[in-house]
Amino acid sequence: MITVSLIIFLIVAVITLGSALMVVTARNLVHAALWLVVALFGVAILFGLLQAGFLAVVQVVIYIGAIVILIIFAIMLTQRNALEIGSRFNENWGWALGISALVFAALVWAIVSWPGFHVQAQPLDARFDSVAELGKALVASNGYALPFELASVLLLAALIGAIVIAWERKPEER
Amino acid sequence: MLPIEYYTGLSVILFTLGALGVLIRRNALIIFMSIELMLNSANLAFVSFARSYEGMSGQIFVFFVIAVAAAEVAVGLALIVAIFHTKRNIDVDQINSMKG
Repeated sequence: MITVSLIIFLIVAVITLGSALMVVTARNLVHAALWLVVALFGVAILFGLLQAGFLAVVQVVIYIGAIVILIIFAIMLTQRNALEIGSRFNENWGWALGISALVFAALVWAIVSWPGFHVQAQPLDARFDSVAELGKALVASNGYALPFELASVLLLAALIGAIVIAWERKPEER
Repeated sequence: MLPIEYYTGLSVILFTLGALGVLIRRNALIIFMSIELMLNSANLAFVSFARSYEGMSGQIFVFFVIAVAAAEVAVGLALIVAIFHTKRNIDVDQINSMKG
């Protein structure tokens, strides 16, 4: 039976996979980054379809708003021209295709053979508020308060690490 | 509500595309973008299973994955820029020594 949500899912799935393929094959790096935006936006829509509205917003804000912008900055800093010179692919592309096919087969086998795979989702209770549940779980002491604090320490460490690594030292300091 | 298999199938294909990108490309930045694709496919699988079991743990895990991905991107891109400063190149076929 064809429903509205199936049609939306199929359109979003085709767009997401097509733009992911463009990311992998595009010759122009800036184009690849823009295709990545499309793919991430498709995943955000899928989060919305799965009734994870908060994560859909986080996906757009953090992935598209921060991570892809950082990647575009890195492209601007490292490429003299956005087009790659020479072959895009390394010479082991045959092995790469084979290993990817193997990964695909292994994932399909692992998921299909897992008994929990066929649990079907029930419609959610109308009063169920996933944002409130998420917020409570993140600060509850019997929930995920400690990993939440650890994540903030990790982000601080990454911030300092990124500054230290990218710091351009003056020649006499080396 | 669509069957959860649709979402998991999509995430498997997306993960395979990301793995292919990591293995096949020469430019370090494209490899980075492919890693983001793989992280996203894993997030999609987490959210779809969280939906089918009606629990919050999957969504909270995705939240932490996104936080770790942000940290990974900050450090990774700083490394790529630092490598570019010394080698003037970010082609992974050319980067085969740790120093100078």
